[in-house]
Amino acid sequence: MSTSIDLKAATRTFLAQTEGHLATYLEGCVHCGACADACHFYVASGDPRHTPAYKLFPIAKAHRSHKFPFGWFGFARPIGERDLREWEELLFDTCTMCGRCTMICPMAIDIAAIVAGARRAFVAAGLGPPDLLAAADSSRDHGSPLGVTADKLRERIEWIADDNGVTIPLDAPKADVLLTLSSVETMKYPKSVAAMAKLLNHAGVSWTLSTKGYEATNFGYLAGKGDIAKTMVERIVTAAGSVGAKTVVIPECGHAYGVLRWSAAAMLGRPLPFQVLHISEFLARLKRDGKLRLTPFDEPMTYHDPCQVSRRGGATADARDVLSGFARNFREMTPTGDENWCCGGGGGVQAIERAAPLRHQVFKLKMDQVERTGAKTMVSACSNCRLTMDESKAHWQWQGGIDSLVEIVADHLVEAPRQSR
Amino acid sequence: MDLLDFARGPALTTALSVFAFGVAWRLVSLWLLPWARDPSARREGARPAWIGAVRGFARHLWPRKPFARAAMVTTVNGYVMHFGLAIVFFGLAQHILFLRGLFGLAWPNLPSGLISGVAVVTLGSLALALARRLTDPVLRLISTFNDYFSWLVTFLPIATGLLAVSHLGAPYPTLLAVHLLSVSLLLIWFPFGKLMHSFLIFVTRGETGITYNRRGVVL
Ligand code: HEM
Ligand code: SF4
Ligand code: SF4
Repeated sequence: MSTSIDLKAATRTFLAQTEGHLATYLEGCVHCGACADACHFYVASGDPRHTPAYKLFPIAKAHRSHKFPFGWFGFARPIGERDLREWEELLFDTCTMCGRCTMICPMAIDIAAIVAGARRAFVAAGLGPPDLLAAADSSRDHGSPLGVTADKLRERIEWIADDNGVTIPLDAPKADVLLTLSSVETMKYPKSVAAMAKLLNHAGVSWTLSTKGYEATNFGYLAGKGDIAKTMVERIVTAAGSVGAKTVVIPECGHAYGVLRWSAAAMLGRPLPFQVLHISEFLARLKRDGKLRLTPFDEPMTYHDPCQVSRRGGATADARDVLSGFARNFREMTPTGDENWCCGGGGGVQAIERAAPLRHQVFKLKMDQVERTGAKTMVSACSNCRLTMDESKAHWQWQGGIDSLVEIVADHLVEAPRQSR
Repeated sequence: MDLLDFARGPALTTALSVFAFGVAWRLVSLWLLPWARDPSARREGARPAWIGAVRGFARHLWPRKPFARAAMVTTVNGYVMHFGLAIVFFGLAQHILFLRGLFGLAWPNLPSGLISGVAVVTLGSLALALARRLTDPVLRLISTFNDYFSWLVTFLPIATGLLAVSHLGAPYPTLLAVHLLSVSLLLIWFPFGKLMHSFLIFVTRGETGITYNRRGVVL
């Protein structure tokens, strides 16, 4: 414990976050404790420290100690090193910023938004899980948290295209749609990349990937590094501008969608020059326009809602639109949709190695949910959820199947008969 | 000046001004902060912001189905306690007279026997809230001085009011004076602690409703 903590920087950053919304949320909490039961970390561990409201204590304390009258007359103590040391784990390892606690909160406090703000202060103080911070730095320095540089991307894409017999345009000079990728897909689920390419080609979309901006995930945001968060957004803006894309499609990644769709404009201080669609939204549109011709999928399956796409994203209906009529044996979990349990790995928690045992504990909620539906496969539209769940599945040697929405749809395309000469 | 004169006069007047200025300061101090704008594109077809605010408020009046079991005691007990407070405060003839003196408005009162019954239920529900706070591990961990003191200043006016109407333990003027002093304590503490939730709840629920509405989340 020799590393020094910069308390002043932490306090300054805490206070910089407490604009009107956050300050009102902080002052509004009635300490009723209801939020504990909505949080998968508390439910899985039974540890009262995992209560969402408790996670806000340091930022609330910093706010109070600078506000009239208590702070001014010395009744409210400033935050100390102990606060930061104790809460580091709570704010990074035990919050996926899933927003479920807000639903149960009688005051409707947006705890996830406060956690995002609080993380910035911890990082300013020199704290934060090293692996999560490294993922953010790698995004800035190499283009992606998993070190997918532009060269590596070219190599991978060439290999994925070859291996799957699919055309994947990279750096096309002009395109209507810029597709972005999560490096989790590029490195661990290459079939997802091929599946998206097949789908876009099948629907006749003019699209491309770009080496100027290809990484959809934003670990700068998740790790509380505002400058990196902005850099990641700017790369996508540049890439979209260079090919003239009016639409940027986010692949199967919930947080990538949440950040680019709802937070990126605020980071830049101006609206984005393109529309942002999650791949499930894009597929739902293609289907509505009659551009997806599918054979039915009959296996009993269920759908896992990524928190940032459904509960906090507002696109809950789109995946269902894609599945309706196609997945003929689709069963909803209970609870589902906006009320779904989180996978336990969102908000960057997936990248924090020391949080793995807790994540596995959380996954039990999911195993139980899936088993109650009788479905053989749980399909998700987030590769980060999928990776989290695949790891926990291995840990428990669970027999359930875990799949991806784009992959099952791509596997059931009716290929148009080739134009005969 | 005896105790009752003091309680009715300077104590209550001071408490009322602390309350009024305090609440105004709490609200203005928040309003004066910078409020982050959201330049993200609203979801197509999102309803106007005010509808989002109203829906956000309504949505949190009752827990959603998956949370019903977990939140039921807090919710039901909360409603019993708050409705009890409101009935006692706005229903008792003496309170209405006092409020008419302040605002010039009056309305029909409820029978005092009924009010006493409601007050007993309210005290019971406050006692349950405190018991849970002292025994539940989550509540114990997150409770601070603010929570216990806010509880106390809410409890005292009802308890002393009940004693006063039933003339128990001391001469009526003394009981009434103690009741009025406890009300002053409540009024003075109100703007500084969590009792401000009675105003802030409209802001927090409204803001969350507006945010989710613009994202197209069904509220
Ligand atoms: C517009 C008026 C009000 C609204 C909408 C409101 C709403 C709420 C809500 C949602 C809670 C949390 C749920 C619970 O713990 O029961 C709460 C708690 C509480 N309220 Fe209110 N409230 C209002 C006015 C008041 C007033 C005027 C008082 C006291 C004078 C008061 C005293 C309390 C107390 C003491 C608690 C905490 C109970 C505990 O210890 O858990 N409230 N209120
Ligand atoms: S946002 Fe999700 S993970 Fe974070 S405290 Fe709330 S319920 Fe728990
Ligand atoms: S449910 Fe809301 S008001 Fe209650 S303790 Fe949690 S954050 Fe605070």
